[in-house]
Amino acid sequence: MKRTTIFLVVLVTLSLLLGACQSATQAPVKPAPAATDAPAAAPTDAPVAEAPAVVDEPVAFERSETLYTSGTQWGPPSSWNPFNGGGYAMGTIGLVYETLYIYDPLADQFTPWLAAEDMKWADDTTLEIKLREGLTWSDGTPLTADDVKFTFELADPNGTYKASLNYIRLWNFLDSVEAVDDVTVHFKFNQTPYQEIGVFFYQTPIVPKHLWESKDVADITGGANEKGVGSGPYIFESNDQSRQVLVRNENWWGSEAFGKTPAPKRIVDIVNGSNNVALGLVLQGGLDISNNFLPGVASLVEGGYGVQTYYDDAPYMISANVATLIINEQKKPLDDVNFRRALAFAINTREIVENDYTGLVRAADPTGMMPTQDKYIDKEQLAELGWTYDPEKAKQILADAGYKDLDSDGFVEAPDGSKIELKVTCPSGWTDWMAAIQIISKGAKAVGMNIEPDYPTQGAWRDAQLQGTFELSIQNEAQMSSTIFNYYNWVFQNPATPEHISAAQFGNYGLYENAEAFELLNQLGSVPLGDDEALKEVASKLQKITLTEMPTIPLWYNGMWAQYSNAVWTNWPSAAEDANHYLPASWRGYWNLSGIQMLLELQPVPPQE
Amino acid sequence: MRRYFGRKLLIYILTFFIAVTVDWMIPRFMPGNPITILISRAGLRGNAVSEMYTYYLDAFGLDLPIWKQYLSFWAAILQGDLGTSIYLFPTPVKDVILRAVPYDLALLIPSTLLSWWAGNKFGAYAARSKKLDNTLLPLGYILTATPYMWLGILLAWVFAIVLGIFPVAGGFGFDLQPDLSWRFIGSLVHHWFLPFASLFIVQFGGWAIGMRNLIIYELESDYSHYLEALGAPRKLVRRYAFRNAMLPQLTGLALSLGAVVAGALATEVVFGYPGIGYLILQAINNEDYFLIQGCFLFVVIGVLLANFIIDVAYLIVDPRTRTGMQGGAG
Repeated sequence: MKRTTIFLVVLVTLSLLLGACQSATQAPVKPAPAATDAPAAAPTDAPVAEAPAVVDEPVAFERSETLYTSGTQWGPPSSWNPFNGGGYAMGTIGLVYETLYIYDPLADQFTPWLAAEDMKWADDTTLEIKLREGLTWSDGTPLTADDVKFTFELADPNGTYKASLNYIRLWNFLDSVEAVDDVTVHFKFNQTPYQEIGVFFYQTPIVPKHLWESKDVADITGGANEKGVGSGPYIFESNDQSRQVLVRNENWWGSEAFGKTPAPKRIVDIVNGSNNVALGLVLQGGLDISNNFLPGVASLVEGGYGVQTYYDDAPYMISANVATLIINEQKKPLDDVNFRRALAFAINTREIVENDYTGLVRAADPTGMMPTQDKYIDKEQLAELGWTYDPEKAKQILADAGYKDLDSDGFVEAPDGSKIELKVTCPSGWTDWMAAIQIISKGAKAVGMNIEPDYPTQGAWRDAQLQGTFELSIQNEAQMSSTIFNYYNWVFQNPATPEHISAAQFGNYGLYENAEAFELLNQLGSVPLGDDEALKEVASKLQKITLTEMPTIPLWYNGMWAQYSNAVWTNWPSAAEDANHYLPASWRGYWNLSGIQMLLELQPVPPQE
Repeated sequence: MRRYFGRKLLIYILTFFIAVTVDWMIPRFMPGNPITILISRAGLRGNAVSEMYTYYLDAFGLDLPIWKQYLSFWAAILQGDLGTSIYLFPTPVKDVILRAVPYDLALLIPSTLLSWWAGNKFGAYAARSKKLDNTLLPLGYILTATPYMWLGILLAWVFAIVLGIFPVAGGFGFDLQPDLSWRFIGSLVHHWFLPFASLFIVQFGGWAIGMRNLIIYELESDYSHYLEALGAPRKLVRRYAFRNAMLPQLTGLALSLGAVVAGALATEVVFGYPGIGYLILQAINNEDYFLIQGCFLFVVIGVLLANFIIDVAYLIVDPRTRTGMQGGAG
């Protein structure tokens, strides 16, 4: 036994040491990017001293200078490529790579960012964007109109790279991009797709030509872009399995242009674990802002745990997107509008909002328009055609359309006598959605529709949408945006153009066909930015279609989940009058929806005596 | 000796071959297409998507006929190439796993070995001691029936949130850069303790109960009674019983050591501990064929290696194996 004991002790010690050393040996490798980036970025300032390749002193981030975020990354950071839309490390667009404009959805306002002033039309089809003077990349190279031209030309289907980036759609209307001088860019369009333009100018990250022109198309669209050089207020410093660390770019052009420098020296984004981990970190004060969905956070806000949300009471969160029941119109009986309509009346959205979310969300408007887009709702038409939870009405619609329970099993059969067995899905582990589809299933069964909840893995769930094999599912891809075009484009994306590629489908997964709706969508797209009256007119027609045809059923507004702590950083956004009203968001695509302005407003809490 | 190991080695190679084949097959029978998901997540649009699709198919070798995929899989494994992760594209699977393995080893080897050692000692001590049997063993039953997840959450709540002595999550402080300093090592240990404790406590219960039952069985066997009849001191009898009872426990240890590499999935999720268990969950969720394969390959290798070590340990611990071998060789 003695020998075994010694053997055990040795093994335990060895394995512990091994663990420690393995992690430790990564040390010289990790800080290196900062070391190579820092001198160029900050020739005079301090950070150089902090990131030598070999350290004797541990590099610990001062708590009072570090902002801890989470809610964006679901796996170890593996891509720093701003064109990897759903997979890049937190802050890649917004903190490191910047866009020409920032769009603030709450104020419905564009703010010039890299651009110096609002977009203006040089002539009918030429859009002129002027850049700010003195923009630089973090390696010191000037950022000029050439970089902007280069960025947009990456997606030119007739250009050198032909990269299938998401702004390739812009090239449906775009003839060419010209750099007139160092700070002036001309976009020459062949027609005027006004509504969409705005979106591309606040979503497209400008990349440095001098570093990207040598890349091939696979590298541009799929490369990891490690140590990527951007123009933003932060620089990639290091990363490991559980976090991404960004360090402030001390030479950021914006410090001068806005007279403001972001206060946190470092931003550390923590990879999402389970809910209880995020909750624990918030309670321990380890996270300054958590953009995770935390069930029951209301009780923390009100229980004096030092947790703050945008609103002081229900719904606590800003609405960020519409959780929608998507329907596969290719499957029977979902191709029948009466069946879809009956389903809409059978769903108890209030129960989802109150029981499932305990009031953290709001029920969606039947039109699917977000609260910020309220002015585009045709209220009269809505009062006439809208729907609410009404099981009796649902039963009535089913009966009128010839759905009867022939075999007395409690569920109706289709008018042709065939049995109906449908599944409504959401990814396994998304507990709030899982509860929601249980409520949907319960409501449907109560009126005789045999709909069962089902929880595939996230990958299988997503794949079923792309391949069109799902039946009913929840999806919330239509996010806050500068134009309602985005929402309608998501609902009515025409699958018939030019050849359907499942992987490129974004929206309309049920492949719903309606020539009138597709035509109206095109009309909507060419309404000039700012012409609200024309927009309302087309929107009203589209709403008539969504309300009567029900290609999808909007259910509730998923929140811009954000809970923050005032322990280290303060001056967070809030609905209160004296506070700022930017989006408290670190999600992908949200830094450029005014999240970055929120960051500029943050202030350190003075140390307590 | 050589024949003994020769035979063992053959069995190991065969097991490895079959296990790896199954490992290769399973993700491919999962529904869904990982490439579609990869492209859709990157938000690529337009006709050129089909080009990217072809590019990825080619990059992952998924466009080859299935038998070719299988052969190239073996060729790659023998060269130590586990492919590229889909979910963490473009990171190689090997890198992903190697980053996670140290945490698993540091967490699971000590917790398994220490709980085995302490559980056996305690079980042997408790057997036939009325007081302990009546008080502490019920506790052991409760412990071993406790789900790791639940105990983990409980520990995290009490020690991290209420008392605030330990951190909630992570492998080391989120404010530290990995390096070889006392502060960093301290942070590693600090973060390691709670996950370790939750594993140790549950496993300890299991081993203790197992040992207690075995000892009682051995003490009731003929040789024990014979020794007692000869007037051997009680201590001596118990020592013999203990040595015999150790053998099944050793086999049990081999099995649980093998599973070490799979990680304690639930524990790692609860504590946000960056090991392989958590990776496996993510890989399955993201249909990452190569990462799933890679993780399970490590499990297979782990089980085989642990079994081999225990085979050797048996030679040392159990004289009968040695005698048997000499007989066979002679």
